Amino acid sequence: MKLRVNNKEYSVEVTNNPSLLEVLRDRLDLTGTKYGCGEGACGACKVLVNGIPTPSCITPVTSLSGKKVITIEGLAKNGELHPVQKAFLEEDVFQCSYCAPGMTITAAALLEKQPDASIQDLIDGLNGNICRCCTYPAIINALEKLIQKEGDL
Amino acid sequence: MKSKPSKKESPVTSNPAKVIGDISRRSFFKYMGAGVAAYIVWSDIFVASAVQTNPKHSTFPDQELISSWIHIAPTGDITVFTGKVEIGQNIRTSLSQVVAEELFVAPEAINMVMGDTALTPYDRGTYGSLTTLQISPILRVAAANIREILVEEAQKTWGVKSSSLTLSDGMVIDPASNKMLAYGDLVKDKKLFKKVNRKVKTIAPEEWKVAGHSIPKMNGKDFITGKHRYVSDMVLPGMVFGKVLRPPAYGAKLLSADTSEAEKIPGVIVCKEDNFIGVTAANPLTAAIALASIESSWDRSAPVQRSELFKHLVDTAAEKKIVSEAMGDAYDQGNVKLDRNFEIAYIAHVPLETRAALASWKLGHLEVWAGTQRPFGLHEDLQKTFDLPEDSIRVYVPDTGSGYGGKQTSEVGLEAARLAKHVGKPVKVCWTREEEFKWAYFRPAGVIQVRASLSNGEISSWEFHNFNSGSAGIDFPYIGGKRHLEFHRSSTPLRQGSYRALSSTANVFAMESIVNDLAIAAGEDPLQFRLRNLENPRLKAVIKAASETFGWERQGSQENIGFGMACGTVKGGFVATFVEVEVEKGSRKLIVREVVTAFECGVIINPRHLESQVTGCVLQGLGGALFEEIDFRDGNLTNASLGSYRVPRFKDVPKMSVVLLNRTDLPSSGAGEAPIVGIAPALRNAIDDASGVKLYKLPMLPSGIVPDKA
Repeated sequence: MKLRVNNKEYSVEVTNNPSLLEVLRDRLDLTGTKYGCGEGACGACKVLVNGIPTPSCITPVTSLSGKKVITIEGLAKNGELHPVQKAFLEEDVFQCSYCAPGMTITAAALLEKQPDASIQDLIDGLNGNICRCCTYPAIINALEKLIQKEGDL
Repeated sequence: MKSKPSKKESPVTSNPAKVIGDISRRSFFKYMGAGVAAYIVWSDIFVASAVQTNPKHSTFPDQELISSWIHIAPTGDITVFTGKVEIGQNIRTSLSQVVAEELFVAPEAINMVMGDTALTPYDRGTYGSLTTLQISPILRVAAANIREILVEEAQKTWGVKSSSLTLSDGMVIDPASNKMLAYGDLVKDKKLFKKVNRKVKTIAPEEWKVAGHSIPKMNGKDFITGKHRYVSDMVLPGMVFGKVLRPPAYGAKLLSADTSEAEKIPGVIVCKEDNFIGVTAANPLTAAIALASIESSWDRSAPVQRSELFKHLVDTAAEKKIVSEAMGDAYDQGNVKLDRNFEIAYIAHVPLETRAALASWKLGHLEVWAGTQRPFGLHEDLQKTFDLPEDSIRVYVPDTGSGYGGKQTSEVGLEAARLAKHVGKPVKVCWTREEEFKWAYFRPAGVIQVRASLSNGEISSWEFHNFNSGSAGIDFPYIGGKRHLEFHRSSTPLRQGSYRALSSTANVFAMESIVNDLAIAAGEDPLQFRLRNLENPRLKAVIKAASETFGWERQGSQENIGFGMACGTVKGGFVATFVEVEVEKGSRKLIVREVVTAFECGVIINPRHLESQVTGCVLQGLGGALFEEIDFRDGNLTNASLGSYRVPRFKDVPKMSVVLLNRTDLPSSGAGEAPIVGIAPALRNAIDDASGVKLYKLPMLPSGIVPDKA
């Protein structure tokens, strides 16, 4: 089947109906998207499907015909990091950073939909993403500052 | 390799040789090229950090073996070689900072080569809060040695004896003549390899410009863009994916296996060696299908059930309780007496990156990339398993998706190597989350029995027995009384091992619960009781700092709001945690309203990253305190998934503050463990204050509901 990832079209072999995660990581070598739990419970594998953060580990690739997938590798535009990526870097948020791609994708989609999200909105929206190093307060702090900054513009 | 995560090309110019054994000046420069290097042997570290280590430990390094070195090449590249690994504690950054400080360069100018058994000297492993305690101070000294060498070389080159030469941004400068030379030019055509002089002067922390500051994570952009390759992301040409057949329960023995269906699947290779059965295929899905099509039968033993766990741990203790008569008398004569048992469940580390390894054999030489805290441990295991010479193996650990003490073993490295040997191609094995839960190891479960008494308000006896969870943190820091502290080894039904602060969490939980109860029974404020009965000024200082930020005196009369505190010290780190909780009226749901933690571990190298370690400890500790627990039945886990094993999430995070005390007059200790110990007892004491319910188990409230007062 044809699969559109980061505005590029790929031809993908779909015998046994692999998950989107496996196709991205092991066939297209887009390894920024991580495996964490295999059941959509940790958010490490989230990508944008038509702009909606979606756990790729439980999404069959065959369900994505005609849809647009954006992974962490495709989040920067024209070589410029996404504002969420910049905010996370500026605030030096992460420890092991394994959760960072899924966290970034989820936060980017959340702020796209709700540019003035409250702290409670952020907590609700990100609760499906686990950071086992527990950098949660730093993540919220970075996003809060970003919302403040964008609001001031 | 499609991409390699090191920030620069390795400075190695020819085939790397093994550096475990002796390293002579000649062999060093054979593969390093010219330049200047200062090296450190293990005895330097033990002297410099005054660390007590058991020399009988099988992996204890020879005192005169090299532990680390710093090299400056003629290109000016500065490279630090250490066997430590980066797993999220951000030592790649903090070690770069201390070296950069002494060499007057930016931290980005330091290339850290870490956890590579072909390039870095032997290291026992990255655990026990030892990197900042042992490696950081001696790397400072090594860098200061290099600085002196550079100045001497400049003096020789310019024929000056002036001691007024200065260093700045990779150059030695003579302010008198305005001459300057880059470090690389100074070491060109030279081969200087010097053992460090421990007495060299390092820059005082009060004058630090790079160390002591919040320098951001090295290579941070690579992580945030998905560019960094963890082991699970690595790819080699011709690589296939491996999976291993697991028993249906702990202790089950393989009776028979029919792999014929798996072998029929195109591209699948089955490896059967003794009791090991694994498969490889071109993609993980095909490997999983092949594995599922194997018919196997197993002999299952009768395992210990969870309902019998705590009795089992006490019953199987190797040493029985023998307590002196005087100890018993002291207890009997007390006018406040407490005799309590605590139960501690097994918990899992749950590193977000599961165990992964990639192995490749070439002409009898084995290379393994693995996410492990002990690359040299895996190296030795591979050597034994495949009967290989030491220098035929290379283990490499790219920056890894966390460990928390859970990745000291690397079974997955052996599995990948075995499959790669069988199939004749590079093999990557990534454990599933279920495998990570079931086949790694747990923080030990335990039973703690405490008998303690007060006589006229003073501690008169303290008897403390820990069954199975460990002796770390068992020391009683309060004054007065007869004491008996004992750790009893037991037979553990589940595989157990290291964990952040290991048994200190359990021991401090029991200790700080009983101390709090004693204070209250004596009618004394728990804060005042502690300050009055503690001696260590560093412990008292963090208690005072946390209580001021928290505002201990704010305790009011709201009946369902409670305040609790606890303190502890682990491996040179001192922590005090203060908590406010609410037990919701009607539902009796626990709401953690605020947590204040004060922490001190000597001079601070990176305040932002230290805060991150403290926050991470407190929140991970909150999981183990309230709801994390491994459940098992008939030799199998019943919650081996992230949907059923609950870890802290955004919604569990209370209002938090972290107070860091910077003791520039004291050497740094590690911070990845100590801050975890205060949260559980502080919560427990706050719940008691709010509801009158005293809890004696970890986790305390898996359901989140505070039980009615018994």
